[in-house]
Amino acid sequence: MKLGSRALLLILQNAPYLLFIVLLVVFGLMSDRFLALANFRNIIIQAAPIAILAIGMTFVLLTAQIDLSVGGSMYLTASVLALYLTGIPWPIGLAAVLVLAGAIGAVNGFVVTRFGIASFIVTLATLFILRGIAMYLSNTRTLMFEDQILTLNRATVLGIPSAIFAFLVVFAIAWVVLHQTPFGRQVYAVGGDPEAARKAGLPVSRIVFACFVIAGLCAGIGGFVSITQIGAVGPKYGDQIEFAAIAAAVLGGVSLFGGRGSVSGTVFGAILIKSVQNGLNIINADPYIYPLVTAAIIFLAVAIDGLRTRIIERLERRTIRPLAAE
Amino acid sequence: MADGTMPLLEVEGLRKSFFGVTVLHDVGFSVKPGEALGLVGENGSGKSTSMNILGGVHQPDAGEMRLDGKPYAPADPKAAIAAGVAFIHQELNLFQNLSIAENLFVDAFPRRGGLLPLIDRKAISARTEAVLKEVDLHMKPSTEVARLSQGERQLVEIAKALSRNARLIIFDEPTTSLTRPEVERLFAIIERLKQRGIAIIYISHALEDVMATCETITVLRDGHLAGAGAAKDLSLQQIIAMMVGRSIDTIYPQRSGTTGTEVAFSVSGLTQPGVAENIGFDIKAGEIVGLAGLMGSGRSELARMIFGLDSFRSGRIEIGGKPLSEPTPVKAMEAGIAFLTEDRRGEGLLMDFTIAENTVLASLRDVAGAFGILDGGKIAKVSLEMASAMRLSTDKVGEVKVKHLSGGNQQKVVIGKWLRRQPKLFILDEPTRGIDVGAKQEVYRIINGLVERGSAVLLISSEIEELIGLSDRILTISRGEITGSFDRRPFDREAIMTAAAGLTARLEAAL
Repeated sequence: MKLGSRALLLILQNAPYLLFIVLLVVFGLMSDRFLALANFRNIIIQAAPIAILAIGMTFVLLTAQIDLSVGGSMYLTASVLALYLTGIPWPIGLAAVLVLAGAIGAVNGFVVTRFGIASFIVTLATLFILRGIAMYLSNTRTLMFEDQILTLNRATVLGIPSAIFAFLVVFAIAWVVLHQTPFGRQVYAVGGDPEAARKAGLPVSRIVFACFVIAGLCAGIGGFVSITQIGAVGPKYGDQIEFAAIAAAVLGGVSLFGGRGSVSGTVFGAILIKSVQNGLNIINADPYIYPLVTAAIIFLAVAIDGLRTRIIERLERRTIRPLAAE
Repeated sequence: MADGTMPLLEVEGLRKSFFGVTVLHDVGFSVKPGEALGLVGENGSGKSTSMNILGGVHQPDAGEMRLDGKPYAPADPKAAIAAGVAFIHQELNLFQNLSIAENLFVDAFPRRGGLLPLIDRKAISARTEAVLKEVDLHMKPSTEVARLSQGERQLVEIAKALSRNARLIIFDEPTTSLTRPEVERLFAIIERLKQRGIAIIYISHALEDVMATCETITVLRDGHLAGAGAAKDLSLQQIIAMMVGRSIDTIYPQRSGTTGTEVAFSVSGLTQPGVAENIGFDIKAGEIVGLAGLMGSGRSELARMIFGLDSFRSGRIEIGGKPLSEPTPVKAMEAGIAFLTEDRRGEGLLMDFTIAENTVLASLRDVAGAFGILDGGKIAKVSLEMASAMRLSTDKVGEVKVKHLSGGNQQKVVIGKWLRRQPKLFILDEPTRGIDVGAKQEVYRIINGLVERGSAVLLISSEIEELIGLSDRILTISRGEITGSFDRRPFDREAIMTAAAGLTARLEAAL
């Protein structure tokens, strides 16, 4: 039984990769444009905003919390940029966006850690508050951005398209923070066993708070990259994107129960989701089928996570007598 | 170590009470560097409390502790660790999703020089490798703890203690989930720790292990010092005699009526790898069968499997002559099994609900009227009946919330709610834990009434006196196996204790 569980676990842990292969084969057979190199470059550019968002989400998920407000944060920061920060160089605009997005993350983190309210509730509330403020400020009009921001989309850094460059920088920083700094390892510790973390004297609240700030910052960056691609924001901007970000992380192996997963998996999950949408687009699928497919992917991701966690728990269950040799 | 060495740790006159109940009376002991002290006693004898005081978890009410001749009074676990006292709990405190090295340094990672706060991986690897060598664990420091066996995880805990320069290491039941080769390996490591001048306090129910590992032994009973001496001067029988004492309680009420002949409940071949091995027994109608086992022996797990809370691989359960296959709590209840869990706060009662609401919870269908809507009048009637049958302290069953009742009265509500169903088998797991003597007697009276009406009872208790006082028959369980069956009159207390500790065969050879 234990051996069977291990084999099943191996399959579940590699499910996204298997899914990706199936995807390549299916869309590849249906259209020869899908497997073209240029299309892959497109997929990654399209995936960049959601990947950045999902990287921030990974920090929060690792501590067994959740942040549903990132879409609202994107919409509000973009609206503020379009309404009040015109005529100044874009790097200053970006800095202002980051300050605002980071502050939103700090509010989430403060309420969650200080008052011990479930993050699901807190961030659901901030999601509606943020969207509400943005709609109020913009009178629900569609807001346009200046040319200096729109041209960023066509810019390249070291020959790399700007969106991909931004995404690579965020990914590299996140990877180093999670794997090479004391803070990153303590994030894993807190998510893996909060009680033991407290006993070991780790500043659990501070760590969880910091993760919400990071998720906020990533929402700001991801939102900015997305603006350069779209050029205008309306009331539907960033709507339900938090679920795509969570799905990307969970598909990539981040557990909703905390402590397991990594940003490399998350990035892969984001690319997987965008590939599906891109493939549907290329084969001219009915647009109404998109949400159904996305929903199916989210369901699959969460189901895999639940099953995976159950198996891990079973494998790690305490025994009171030695198991017979396997 | 030669005589005359200063003790590393001295404890004198330790006293502690919780909520007015004194659990430690003038307990004292000492350990020298390079020696091991074995601390033994039944559950509830005060071992854990003493160790929690040493580890900084609790503060003593009175008494003095000295480490290296200097006063030692840790305010919290961190202070204990800083003073060089490491506590290796039965439930290991490791992060399974981190590597061995990360577990050792998680609260204080050494950093590389430079502006960025990066972990010095080389340094933690090297230091981890060094301490792993000391505990004979040949694993890469980067190995994830989830991949290690129980025995290996324990060695990681020891390595953690060493990496913090511990001078005194407390082991709490270190061998319960280890295989024999792992146990031997652990003992070899403990010997090596002693040679390095580290003092050890070793708590275990496995008395043979204690005698083999420790230089001195201290026995506690009911929070009192029951005896102490050099291990080489003590025999196993002497230690057991000190542990169980000779006091005979008279609080157990007489029972009228006799045990029936009809088998009410039987289980055979119950097996779940790592938890239970081929467990089989039966209980007659009107019979109380006691289950004696140490903590972690599998006694509660057995009850949970019978009631369908945990799964098992194979085995057959019969209740009232009918098989109960693949039990779930719902099926078990329908078949006539009632289960009083050991954790009544966590599992047995809804604390924020009233007595009445709790009473009818296990028999909601009986108090429902037309269309399945609950009948308030019936609920009130049923719970009032329960309150008077149980001699509850209040009759305001619809108003008083369960959390406002005393422990004894809470226990009566839990039992009362199950009695409504007239169970064929009542499993009682620690029915009198944490309640005072008066309430205990009430509970005993209720249990007796239950069997007089023909129920079968499986009684699990850490208190051997209680088992002896109530049971018609006592089974002993150790490491998930039934190790003995004892009939009433006279119960041989020491033999039961011995069998519960899993010692029978070897003890007989020694006698």
